[in-house]
Amino acid sequence: MTHTDLSLSAVADAGIEEDNTSTLSPRQIFRQRIVGHTGFLIGALLILTIVLIAIFAPLLAPHDPYAQSLSSRMLPPVWSEGGSWDYLLGTDQNGRDYLSRLIYGTRVSITIGLGAATVGLLIGVTLGVIAGYFGGWVDHGISFLLTAQLALPGLLLAMALVFIIGPSIWVVIGIVGVLHWTYYLVVTRAATQRIRSQDFVAAAAASGASSRQIIWHEIMPNLLSSIIVIFTFELGIAILAESSLSFLGVGIQPPTPSWGLMIAEGKQAMFYRPWLVVLPGICLFLLVIGANLMGDGLRDIASPEGRNE
Amino acid sequence: MLRYIALRGLLALLVAFTVSLAAFLLLNVAADPAQAIAGEDATPEVIEAIRARYGLDRPLSVRYFDWLGGVLRGDFGESYYWHKPVAELVADRADETITLALSALSVTIIIAIPLGALAALNPNSWIDRVALGVAVSAQAVPNFWLGLIMIILFGVMMPIFPVSGDDTWKHFVLPAFVLGASSVPAVMRLTRTGLIEVMGADYVRTARSKGFRGWPLLRRHAMRNALLPVISVLAVQLGQKFGGSVITESIFAINGLGRLALESILGADIPTVQMLIFVFAIVFVVMNLIADILNAALDPRIRIG
Repeated sequence: MTHTDLSLSAVADAGIEEDNTSTLSPRQIFRQRIVGHTGFLIGALLILTIVLIAIFAPLLAPHDPYAQSLSSRMLPPVWSEGGSWDYLLGTDQNGRDYLSRLIYGTRVSITIGLGAATVGLLIGVTLGVIAGYFGGWVDHGISFLLTAQLALPGLLLAMALVFIIGPSIWVVIGIVGVLHWTYYLVVTRAATQRIRSQDFVAAAAASGASSRQIIWHEIMPNLLSSIIVIFTFELGIAILAESSLSFLGVGIQPPTPSWGLMIAEGKQAMFYRPWLVVLPGICLFLLVIGANLMGDGLRDIASPEGRNE
Repeated sequence: MLRYIALRGLLALLVAFTVSLAAFLLLNVAADPAQAIAGEDATPEVIEAIRARYGLDRPLSVRYFDWLGGVLRGDFGESYYWHKPVAELVADRADETITLALSALSVTIIIAIPLGALAALNPNSWIDRVALGVAVSAQAVPNFWLGLIMIILFGVMMPIFPVSGDDTWKHFVLPAFVLGASSVPAVMRLTRTGLIEVMGADYVRTARSKGFRGWPLLRRHAMRNALLPVISVLAVQLGQKFGGSVITESIFAINGLGRLALESILGADIPTVQMLIFVFAIVFVVMNLIADILNAALDPRIRIG
């Protein structure tokens, strides 16, 4: 939320063709840039690992994440005194295996991240392309909408809406998505304006292409890399938003294992059982930093001249 | 300049009106507020009674203009939960949140601007890399988690600062750090980018050729122009601190507007929620307006162009 304003110009520049005087083919250049970008590789590796964990959660989790056991409540992790190999990362206040709950938590975060970032994408890109392409009063109107949306306190509104509508995973996806489209709008609007003034668009218009055809065949393909970059950032933002909502009790509800909710549940015992709070936070951090590193990397790869911005 | 300010002011008013309408519609149309007040297991009779009692049976437009008319007279309705005028509730608790937001912004400035300047003066050095690392990490840390970690660290291991309540200035140190940290990445990156850009400009080269180096060069020539965009971002960040106070205040038990927001949401207290959304949005709009005016005052290109 707070870094919407970052490097917008660099993202807007991404995807617009540039001159390259070297003899390498575009594909070779692309591959070189990927391999040479440590941040991107680390981010991509983190995301890939977490996605694989989410997909294979039933195979990886040593226990049922919902199975309660009163006799083994709040066991410590294996490395502290009293820990056992049965419960590698200990158990929570209901005696549920913490590792299994953390593993299943990837599913909640990834689903909500992907879902909400997609909802935001649909709204933001549609508005951005329309504003950038048609300009004039349409543009003024949409820019006004943007100003109004930026003024709304997002977290507060999301909390209130989830509470009133009733919390479920789909409600959280919809609301987080509906409140996170401004970054897409700002970038696609600027990029569309720039692409629109290029010769190949004029050529398409001269050969009789309709606005719809120009948008879909000339503009959209050139926006793709910018959109992917923003999607990656929004993934992290949406995941943080969900965890905040769940932490405050107006997001994912018990007994579903959401990392934000697990932190809230562990809060009561955090002074003598700190791992209950520390571990889900580390998971969130790794997932979000993975998305951000990947986004930074993709932006650099798409437009290396923006690297220092 | 006056014309510019008047235009910006008009736009701000329009935004405030739109935001109030949007918040009202979202809270009243997305779901049935009477149902939310009554709870899930309420019978239709109970819901009907609540609807009649709070006037929720009137048409939407009547309710909105009734609310708006009240707002213009300073009357935001009565809280369903505390049974007091909402404006009174908010006025009682505003102090804490203003203190928190301002001290959080100071934390952001103290950390982000020197770090950004150090990075800009030594681009691609280890300092630059550390600064970038701090920014990337700070962006990925969930704010509420950072708060809890601070409580674990300072509550048990190093009890220097109190971790709960709002009685003394010491109570605000940790919450201000947590809330301020969330703005560090944006402000730091912007300081760095702005400074690097300015350091390459002709007039800085001229100053350098006249023998200016290091801090004097930065202070007398580069900082002023580089900080123009930073000032407007700081104003916007200050506006966002109010919205961000929800999490920080509930973690550190500060009795301000953010905590009031959480309590009123969980108590389905719609008039209070509506006023808080409105107040936070107005703070943001006013901060933006101030940023615009400051920028126009400092940079003649904006007010003429």
